[in-house]
Amino acid sequence: MVALGEALGTALESGVVFLQGTLGAGKTTLCRGILRAKGHTGAVKSPTFTLVEPYQLAAGTVYHFDLYRLGSADELEYMGIRDYLDGRSLCLVEWPERGRGFLPEPDLHVTIDIHRQGRILQLAALTAAGEHILNRLDVKE
Amino acid sequence: MRVLGIETSCDETGVAVYDSQAGLLAHTLYSQVAVHADYGGVVPELASRDHVRKLLPLIRQTLADANCTGEQIDGIAYTAGPGLVGALMVGGAVGRSLAYAWNIPAIGVHHMEGHLLAPMLETEPPDFPFVALLVSGGHTQLVAVAGIGRYEILGESLDDAAGEAFDKAAKMLDLDYPGGPEIARLAERGDPDRFRFPRPMTDRPGLDFSFSGLKTFTLNTVAEHRGDAVLPDEQTVADIACAFQEAVVDTLVIKCRRALDQTGMKTLVIAGGVSANRRLRNKLEAALARQGARVYYARNEFCTDNGAMIAYAGCQRLLAGQHDDLAIRAIPRWPMDTLPPLGNPDAPKQ
Repeated sequence: MVALGEALGTALESGVVFLQGTLGAGKTTLCRGILRAKGHTGAVKSPTFTLVEPYQLAAGTVYHFDLYRLGSADELEYMGIRDYLDGRSLCLVEWPERGRGFLPEPDLHVTIDIHRQGRILQLAALTAAGEHILNRLDVKE
Repeated sequence: MRVLGIETSCDETGVAVYDSQAGLLAHTLYSQVAVHADYGGVVPELASRDHVRKLLPLIRQTLADANCTGEQIDGIAYTAGPGLVGALMVGGAVGRSLAYAWNIPAIGVHHMEGHLLAPMLETEPPDFPFVALLVSGGHTQLVAVAGIGRYEILGESLDDAAGEAFDKAAKMLDLDYPGGPEIARLAERGDPDRFRFPRPMTDRPGLDFSFSGLKTFTLNTVAEHRGDAVLPDEQTVADIACAFQEAVVDTLVIKCRRALDQTGMKTLVIAGGVSANRRLRNKLEAALARQGARVYYARNEFCTDNGAMIAYAGCQRLLAGQHDDLAIRAIPRWPMDTLPPLGNPDAPKQ
């Protein structure tokens, strides 16, 4: 999962990525890989408590969101969601379904399904930028 | 010195009056658990709004309980961070403004310093230096404490906090929020030998934690045993709760012992919501007794967030002559090892 995240992180530049999957599916682990590819060397903590963890990296700013605790989507407005979606940074959003209506369409939608001990990932590009990312994606076994 | 303490960093509104001579005079707490229970966790915006509603009435009530008036308060301590920024702003704005109106000093207190010092409110407080294990829904840290403000982070969670892992495992087992007490209750009926969960990161050196994998292990165990139903049978759920709690507790115990060995200290303080877990306390007491060390913790009501610990911590700093300027401070991320030491600020950090 970390390796796939790293491959994804290499392909990603800016934009919005949704990560959907149940508790324990590996969303934060995937984000850890993406952040590692972007040059982050420290820990990647679960942002469940704080809603968002910012990472100022040489490759640009990455915001790691976790909307698990969101009561209703309009709370995103109170936390100033638009300031984060500035087009220049990379926004990784876990539990995007809780922010429906207040989040833009993602460039890339990653769905993680649990299959016994393993995981099945689906990556869907929803914009031209997203397609560009998938074209650049280089996954090795 | 008499200090009014205000805590609003998360989902509890806590107010207390602490007197450096007479001790704790009064403390009140309004818990928002019911507000957040439906969501399985704290909802930040709801928390802020609830603090706004409850804080002033709680301050009035606490002053009345302490049998004192605003004129008899010598300083105000409020939680300045870390925490949810909207929630912190409420306590900060009220605390700082009241201090201005009453013409007394105010100080923004570090929430985890409050937790760490909470056992000082007990009749038999620990002596410095000690190792502190801070375990709550937002934090899991081991800290070497040479004195107030002299902290060295020995290790911390690389992903989920221990309390967060409890909450999420509870959610997978369809238990109520907060998850810790629910899992502990269920674990008593569980068979500790049926499932064996991993003790993450105990097989390699170091004092960092990782609880995210336990969450996935729980998920897989639930999936394996539920058949076509939503959940496994009642006994299996209890067995999973038991195995999960044992894994978290063992991991914490192993790392605490390692931290004591590494620092050569003989005193451990556990603080934060998870420090109320009875299994953790019992296992630590037994394990530490074997190595001639002792564990201290606060009474249950001061393990979770409260105003008393903030009043106490703020009082120590105000007594040492520290205080803030007129700005309202709200610092969502605030590393504890950047706090100023008490007393001589030029004294070397140990």
